[in-house]
Amino acid sequence: MSSTIFILLRQELLLSLLIFLLLFIKIGKERSNESILNIINVLLFINLAAGLFGSSEGGAFNGMFTTNAFIVLEKNILNLAMLLISMQSYAWLKSHKQLAEFYLLLFTSLLGMFFMISSGNLLMFYLGLEMSTIPLAAAANFDLAKRKSSEAAMKLIISSAFSSGILLMGISFLYGTSGTLSFDILTAHISNNPMQLFGFLLLVSGFAFKISAVPFHLWTADVYEGSPVAVTAFLSVVSKAAVLFTFTSILYKVFTPIATVWYGVLVVLSVATILIGNLFALRQDNFKRFLAFSSIAQVGFILIGISGSSQTGSASLVYFVLIYVFSNLAAFGVVSVVSALTGKENISDFKGFYKTNPFLSWVLTIALFSLAGVPPTAGFFGKLFLMMAGAAKENYGLITFAALNMVISFYYYLKVVKAVFMDENEQPIQKLSIPVITKFAMYICIAGIIITGLASMVYDYIYSLSIGM
Amino acid sequence: MSNYLYILWIPLLPLATFVVLGLFGRKYFAKTAGIIGTASLLTSTLLSFVAAKQYFFVDGKVNGVYQKIIALKYTWLQFSPNVSIDMGIIVDPISVMMLIVVTSVSLMVHLFSLGYMKGEERFATYYAFLSLFTFSMLGLILSVNIFQVYMFWELVGVSSFLLIGYYFNKPSAVAASKKAFIVTRFADLGFLIGILIIGFYGGTLDIGLLIEKFTSVQSPEFISITTASFLGASMLTWGLVLIFMGGAGKSAMFPLHIWLPDAMEGPTPVSALIHAATMVVAGVYLVARLFPLFSMDEAALTIVTYVGAFSALLAAVIACTQTDIKRVLAYSTMSQIGYMMFALGVSKNGGESGLGFMASMFHLFTHAFFKSLLFLGAGSVIHMVHSNEMKDMGGLRKLMPITHAAFLIACLAIAGIPPFAGFFSKEEILTAAFHENKLIYGVALFTAALTSFYMFRLYFTIFWSKEAAAKTHHHDAHNDHGEGTWTMKLPLLILAACAVGVGFIPFSQFITSDGAALETHVDMVFSIAPVALSIIAILLSASFYKSHNSKSDKAVAFFGGFYKAAYKKFYVDELYLFITKKIVFPFIGQPIAWADRNIVDGFMLLLANTTAKISTAIKGFQSGKVQNYALYFFGGVLALSVLFIYIWK
Repeated sequence: MSSTIFILLRQELLLSLLIFLLLFIKIGKERSNESILNIINVLLFINLAAGLFGSSEGGAFNGMFTTNAFIVLEKNILNLAMLLISMQSYAWLKSHKQLAEFYLLLFTSLLGMFFMISSGNLLMFYLGLEMSTIPLAAAANFDLAKRKSSEAAMKLIISSAFSSGILLMGISFLYGTSGTLSFDILTAHISNNPMQLFGFLLLVSGFAFKISAVPFHLWTADVYEGSPVAVTAFLSVVSKAAVLFTFTSILYKVFTPIATVWYGVLVVLSVATILIGNLFALRQDNFKRFLAFSSIAQVGFILIGISGSSQTGSASLVYFVLIYVFSNLAAFGVVSVVSALTGKENISDFKGFYKTNPFLSWVLTIALFSLAGVPPTAGFFGKLFLMMAGAAKENYGLITFAALNMVISFYYYLKVVKAVFMDENEQPIQKLSIPVITKFAMYICIAGIIITGLASMVYDYIYSLSIGM
Repeated sequence: MSNYLYILWIPLLPLATFVVLGLFGRKYFAKTAGIIGTASLLTSTLLSFVAAKQYFFVDGKVNGVYQKIIALKYTWLQFSPNVSIDMGIIVDPISVMMLIVVTSVSLMVHLFSLGYMKGEERFATYYAFLSLFTFSMLGLILSVNIFQVYMFWELVGVSSFLLIGYYFNKPSAVAASKKAFIVTRFADLGFLIGILIIGFYGGTLDIGLLIEKFTSVQSPEFISITTASFLGASMLTWGLVLIFMGGAGKSAMFPLHIWLPDAMEGPTPVSALIHAATMVVAGVYLVARLFPLFSMDEAALTIVTYVGAFSALLAAVIACTQTDIKRVLAYSTMSQIGYMMFALGVSKNGGESGLGFMASMFHLFTHAFFKSLLFLGAGSVIHMVHSNEMKDMGGLRKLMPITHAAFLIACLAIAGIPPFAGFFSKEEILTAAFHENKLIYGVALFTAALTSFYMFRLYFTIFWSKEAAAKTHHHDAHNDHGEGTWTMKLPLLILAACAVGVGFIPFSQFITSDGAALETHVDMVFSIAPVALSIIAILLSASFYKSHNSKSDKAVAFFGGFYKAAYKKFYVDELYLFITKKIVFPFIGQPIAWADRNIVDGFMLLLANTTAKISTAIKGFQSGKVQNYALYFFGGVLALSVLFIYIWK
């Protein structure tokens, strides 16, 4: 019995161990920031590598915790994203006094996400969600000297509290009408009565808030802009991915009886999200705000894929998230380096960037092309599979709408590329020396963007593990 | 089967060149990049000819029918048990023909650019882009899977974007490259949706299997796609029309043609490659590749026919009013592609009635040579006078005898004067149109006359007219380099020989819709009308644009005499003068050019502006106040609840 729990909770235990190690490092003898960073990155790499070996299937704690090969894969993707973010924040963290605490917060949040993804019960899900959100609010405040950073943290915690309230109310309604919180039992009690529908919609609103779907997205831009780049990257990639994974599995597993309703909800949300995300992204000059809105639009596309409610739907979600990890983190990596070394975060500062920093320019360009979905980058295949999954419902109007919006998004991504390559600037950003480890992370991202798209076995592997409705 | 495996090297060599020149070109091959690119492409070209010889004369034919051979197929992505994306090489008459066209024209352009682009700062980059483009085009031609087509199709788009925007310090070039990219991407959207529809109903993306499934009327796939309908048309029609939309975008068919004239901002040899022989005919090739599918759907073919015919006419009228020589050529390309499209449209699959298909491919083949010749000739002229405007030219025939001769041959070819290449292919198209649709035939005939008129207007203004202009050029410093290096003259000579010779290839023996040889013969009586019309148009053009003090030249004196006879006897001149100067130019030509600029372009602009306006209008939502955010959040919850509990329950 006890040994099976160790195997099932392998990734969670490893992460907890990491948190304790961090505490020891903090309490122990004085070390330089560089050495702490190196230790942490090695540990994160071990953490990722250990997760890759073998998978397990089963439940623990009376069905509170469940896992299978697909969930292990999802957690591995989150581990990978965590490692990449850590490697890219090297330049920023090197001169930060409280870096051990910073990692503590992020790791705790990640641990919360793991429990959330594996939850087999609404209560467990709620605990995981809160555990993943509250540390992030503290992390958002980590540019201690900046007012904007504190503002971001305040906005995040207040908005989250509000959404948690709504979510809890939804859970209460569901509990009130069914008398259970366990996913397996709940399914049998779900029906079309207005009380339960209302509870379900409140629950969906809570999810929509976390993945910043329109109209629950308004906190996103302010928080992204104010937070340190590493936290922004974490929020936009890891946090979103974790909630999307959970959202999908709950929709597919628990709310199967009202599939037609949530299909409608997803359509409405995705149309609003894609449209508003694109329209706002068009006019942003702050790079982080720009990426915030473009990532809102990306979520809209993901929702279309999920709405396919098939094995292809969940496979294309995970596939797209993997690609999104590479593409978005490559873009954030460049912004992070530039922001840490020069303090500049505006797109107009990037004019003439190619002349001084050709390597970073290429990384940024490839990442943006992948986000825009230009073949042959992986982003194209990711979007394509999402569309294919969505098209299974034969709602061609929706697909056409999404495809048209891909063209709009293409325009604003290209605008950035134009600024980088073609615009003149009298005072371009000077030539930057990038830390080796960050450069390495960028190479991984670029390799990921190219290989994930071109090597068919990646998708085949994900598809073979994924579960439909 | 695998004895065609060497074809793989034809696209791979340019790819390798691209990688090498792209990565190391600026450092190590700054001077030699041109030689490397040209040599690698020469190898590809030779291999293409070897392949063509083997296919057409050795083992392509079985029982008198040319076979479709899949030389290589590699499953690249297994999407579901039935649907996979394959990468492969198809060897059939049209792909082999396109191999010849693309490699030869590209080789000529590579060669020409050695002189034309000499001294450019980014010489190596230019050759890298040329190689990338050639690779993508070759990959597209050889595709076995409709998705492979799409991927190379996009790659062609990207590389042409790079080439058009090559002079990236020039704002107009950057704008043009962006316009070309965005307009064609918009069209590609249709293509992609079309692929998804066809793939969804066909249950496969393999072109061969799709054709097999959709051409038998009893197959379940065919029944399901024809019975499913959307907005009154069957899904087959939708799928094919959307695919055609992608083709129309790349091939600059109305109303997606607006990028083509602007794309002339790129270097002229690039125009010769992209806008004469390769990328712009990709749309025609696409329709031809899927022709068995198109032939199953009357509605889709009708759309192809009318879009093609209308584009042909529209472009010809506009070409008469342009003064930039490259723009005249751009519109003439659009017009000629219109010919190829409607020839496909009036065709049927197989047998005698497949004449249109064969004619379209034939015209594609001949057009590639004479149009790239025209562009390269124009390149020489621009190189000489440093301007694109007709008013800066004139009397150049003595300064540039080789260019002059080559240009004249190309003009005669496009005008369809026997025995030049264009005559044969245009005859086939006219014959096909005549048998199927008299209206289209009329439009085609009229367009043919217009074509002769504007081409010779171009010819006479560049090489004749103002003798004074020629004299100033004599004393001009620009004249030092004469007609350019031998690498610029040689391609002109080769292409001129092709423009004369390729018409004599018994094309119908090799390339038909069903692979079996088709007997065609030039009907002298039938040819009288188009040829006579063309000659009259040329004479009229001569009277307008060639000055009178050049009668000494013997050949032209002959034409001049003929013209005078026509003038005295038929008074066509006055009539034409009246129609063109008084009616066509002010009432039709200029309004159409205006509508093209303002309405079609304007619509696209409107779309962009509206998006920007809405974006500004809704920024109020993003106020920065958390309490407002909570309010919207709550509003969202309420809206969802009302929607899904009360309305769509």
